Amino acid sequence: MARTLKLRIWRGDDTNGALQDVTVDANPGEVVLDIIHRVQATQMGDLAVRWNCKAGKCGSCSMEINGRPRLACMTQVSAYGEDETITITPLRAFPVIKDLVTDVSFNYKKAMEIPSVEMPADLKPGEARMQQVDVERSQEFRKCIECFLCQDTCHVIRDHEENKKSFAGPRFFIRIAELDMHPLDMLRNRKKQAQEEHGLGMCNITKCCTEVCPEHIRITDNAIIPMKERVVDTKYDPIRWLGSKILKREDLIQN
Amino acid sequence: MATGVFSEGRAKIAERTLRTDRWWLQPLITFGVLFSFIIYATWRAFENNYYFIEPLISPFYSPCLSQSCAPGSSLLGHLFPIIHIWGMTFSPALFILIFPLGFRMTCYYYRKAYYRSFWMSPPACAVAEPHSKYTGETRAPLILQNAHRWFFYAGLVFNVLLTIDAVLAFRDKHNNWGHMSVGTLVLLANATFLWFYSLSCHTCRHTVGGRLRNFSKHPMRYKAWTVVSKLNHYHQQFAWISLVGVWLTDIYVREVATHAISNWYFF
Repeated sequence: MARTLKLRIWRGDDTNGALQDVTVDANPGEVVLDIIHRVQATQMGDLAVRWNCKAGKCGSCSMEINGRPRLACMTQVSAYGEDETITITPLRAFPVIKDLVTDVSFNYKKAMEIPSVEMPADLKPGEARMQQVDVERSQEFRKCIECFLCQDTCHVIRDHEENKKSFAGPRFFIRIAELDMHPLDMLRNRKKQAQEEHGLGMCNITKCCTEVCPEHIRITDNAIIPMKERVVDTKYDPIRWLGSKILKREDLIQN
Repeated sequence: MATGVFSEGRAKIAERTLRTDRWWLQPLITFGVLFSFIIYATWRAFENNYYFIEPLISPFYSPCLSQSCAPGSSLLGHLFPIIHIWGMTFSPALFILIFPLGFRMTCYYYRKAYYRSFWMSPPACAVAEPHSKYTGETRAPLILQNAHRWFFYAGLVFNVLLTIDAVLAFRDKHNNWGHMSVGTLVLLANATFLWFYSLSCHTCRHTVGGRLRNFSKHPMRYKAWTVVSKLNHYHQQFAWISLVGVWLTDIYVREVATHAISNWYFF
């Protein structure tokens, strides 16, 4: 049975804006993105919203629903009470372009700063071989749909704009972890880069990125903390350093 | 100049958070429990009494390494002399508590817990923190969080010693073997919880195999990593269970030592 839904939708641009009250019908089984489309079709023809697949796989419809970073296409209306007003705003960690659409180009700039995999020079096309156990570990990170909800909720940049220069964010820590765990990757300074160029040390592992990930990637436990431990191997472990000198094994503290 | 969610260019929204759930409840409970434990542990560490009664010893005082330790309580001998400060005897607990304290302080789970509940950095996800600047764990003192592995190694030594304490509790009050009391079970449970907490640690996971690039070349370490990874999934739970375990174990030993209750023997 259809219900009447009370919404507050943020409308505006980078100079001004406000929450606007809307009342709209909702049918059973609908998600918040359906409701936004209905509002767009019936009441706010110029409401800006970014969306694409409506299946939780493209990562386009990221926004904040009742203050929580979510995919609008994966958020059931039935999760909210009959009398509850649903507040919908754009992502609050990024500059707004219009209404619910934000400028997430920060993330693409950070992505370009991370060197891609560097395969052995003598490896010819078609010759790369990896065992299943080695693939599985980083496979989890490949599930990322780049919705940037983790970036949005990370307080390092959400609450401190000035940190955007020196902090890549959880999405890119899983990228770095994936490459650093790659058995064939020849680039050996990823740990150092993670710490010194991408701000891994700024993360205080409060796990909000893991909490909001719609793909349920265990970002903190499986990527950030392992990378922090790898950084300790190379930078903060005097015994490994001593061992590398005595045994002449630079691989113990490889950067 | 406005920063954070109020920065130039971001959506102009006056509220620090628009969350409507009780996001403050979890940090509040965490604060309450951890703060209570800190108060209790501090009081007990300075009390310097009622920590040993044959065959039970409190985990707060084990190993008891000072010459001021109660007779029969020193498993490893008296390494430290009796020290008096302002007329008070320096408690034996203060020689050793830095290790379990350091292990928990630098623990990846507890860091989340106290950064959120004590330092509000952030208090909850998508709730703006009150601090104007943030440098994370990049400089002193928080860069010392990188010493976690050393406290982990020390913690393993403590686990062995507390396990020995539990084994020694299979004696009666006259040191005759082959007996078991409620205190034996309490010490056994405490040691077990601490082992689970240590073995589920992220540093343990890294040490046994996490640092490898090629699991396929190290099948034994991969197997160990797989087991620790499963435990690691419950690290938060083990952290709380073991903390409460230590707390209750100390209370039990103290109650027996003050003769408020008797240590009931099964056989």
